[in-house]
Amino acid sequence: MRVFSRINLPGLLSFLALLFLWEISARSSQVIQSYFPPVSEIIRSLLSLIFSREVVAHLLATLGRFLTGYLLSALIAVSLGILLGHFRFAYALFEVLIEFLRPMPSVAMIPVAILLLGIGNAMIVAVTLYACTWPILINTIDGVRNIEPTLIDTGRTFGLGRWKILKEIILPAAMPYIVTGLRISLAIALILVTTSEMVVGGSGLGFFILDEERSLSTTNMYAGIVIVAVLGYGLNRLFLFFEGKAMAWHRGATARGLL
Amino acid sequence: MVAILEVKKVSKSYRQLDGESTLAIDEISFRVEKGEFVSLVGPSGCGKTTLLMCIAGLNPPSTGGLVVKDVEVHGPPSNLVLVFQEFNKSLFAWRSILGNVLFGLEAREKRSQDAQGEARRLIKLVGLEGFERHYPWELSGGMQQRVAIARALAYGPEILLMDEPFGSVDALTRLELEDTLLKIWEDLGTTILLVTHDIEEAIYLSDRIYVVSRRPSRILQTIDVDLSRPRHQITTRADAKFMELRNEIYRQISQ
Ligand SMILES: Nc1ncnc2c1ncn2[C@@H]1O[C@H](COP(=O)(O)OP(=O)(O)O)[C@@H](O)[C@H]1O
Ligand SMILES: [Mg+2]
Repeated sequence: MRVFSRINLPGLLSFLALLFLWEISARSSQVIQSYFPPVSEIIRSLLSLIFSREVVAHLLATLGRFLTGYLLSALIAVSLGILLGHFRFAYALFEVLIEFLRPMPSVAMIPVAILLLGIGNAMIVAVTLYACTWPILINTIDGVRNIEPTLIDTGRTFGLGRWKILKEIILPAAMPYIVTGLRISLAIALILVTTSEMVVGGSGLGFFILDEERSLSTTNMYAGIVIVAVLGYGLNRLFLFFEGKAMAWHRGATARGLL
Repeated sequence: MVAILEVKKVSKSYRQLDGESTLAIDEISFRVEKGEFVSLVGPSGCGKTTLLMCIAGLNPPSTGGLVVKDVEVHGPPSNLVLVFQEFNKSLFAWRSILGNVLFGLEAREKRSQDAQGEARRLIKLVGLEGFERHYPWELSGGMQQRVAIARALAYGPEILLMDEPFGSVDALTRLELEDTLLKIWEDLGTTILLVTHDIEEAIYLSDRIYVVSRRPSRILQTIDVDLSRPRHQITTRADAKFMELRNEIYRQISQ
């Protein structure tokens, strides 16, 4: 029952209607078809692509870059954010730099990364890492700053040193903010990986999509886009699954008005 | 008797936002002896929390000194724990009840063989058996306060400071918690310094009471409570001596 009641039937029907409209318009005109091949054809290429070794290789390349950049940035940005949030002087030292770099679109850094790292994996990972760092960093700093002072005093009266307080109290207390940053960066990471792959070429879903467009296999291009979309959707669901497990305490506490 | 805690002419003033400074505590001096149950009674806003924060080494006094077990206090003393007035803000929402109590044991860094068993024993002692896997926000205020007390006890402090521990629970729970606290105190022999604005609570619990004035707070009077132990909610409170003390303290505070 639960599963059925969660499905948004009107939304699903309107989506299917849209696909149907696409299908008949594509079939009705040669011109439209060259831009928007029929959905049925896209699905057919999608199915044949999924079983081709080539696309799996592209998918794995994208996934590998995504995970490396995203996880590294999570590690760096959370640690840095906790230090900058806790030590006022450290934040003062970097505030101007952060405020200057943060609003800059991260794709603008692609040429810099190419200049420094050349064209290849390292550059893609670096750009992804760079872009993901900001939301995580800013949210972590916010989280640390918003900690209930009584919690820190609790750590102190129990004789905890500064580092223990950071690890045992500040990190878990700031976790809801950190998770928000991680969720934002998840989408950003995928954008940066595919964009950089289009620039770098050679492998990855970004490259595949652009390459199919250039070789005029439009159905394959759309199939590639669908694969990226599904990848993004899957990663997001996975994230929400883990978030639900790890943050159950926070939902409960918020509902009771305790946080 | 040996003083385990000495407060020597402690004053504390706060700088207000407009640059003026307000004197919260004015040269307070008193001592607490080992194993005693001592209360400070004073009206709200008189500086009780401020004083406890000073004693706990969380907020340095402006002038004066503090000695805990013959050691000057600069920073939190290792053999003393403060149970905060806002105990709900002091519990770790991300840890279960068991996890919160285990924190007290972990903080001690005296690796005990059976930390889990020890924590469960304390949870039982404060009357929360069966709630080990619950989270603080799943409990009522009175139960949360019990968790805070169990966590403090797990640390094994020689001195327990309590800031209006039963101020925000209903009257019935309050009586229950008072008795739980007395039982723990009698079992463990921990020295307890409690602050409250509730005169009767202070009399019911304490060996000695320091009556504190309105801000800036000074000690108005020292009262030895010679009511027999173990105390009992009905008979102790009905004792003529109890009434006498209550009236005397009330007269002092309302002057
Ligand atoms: N951090 C602070 N900054 C400025 N004034 C404070 C601060 N904390 C407490 N005060 C003031 O000091 C006085 C005593 O406060 P407090 O110790 O909390 O009293 P009590 O615990 O007895 O109710 C109050 O007048 C309060 O406004
Ligand atoms: Mg107070």
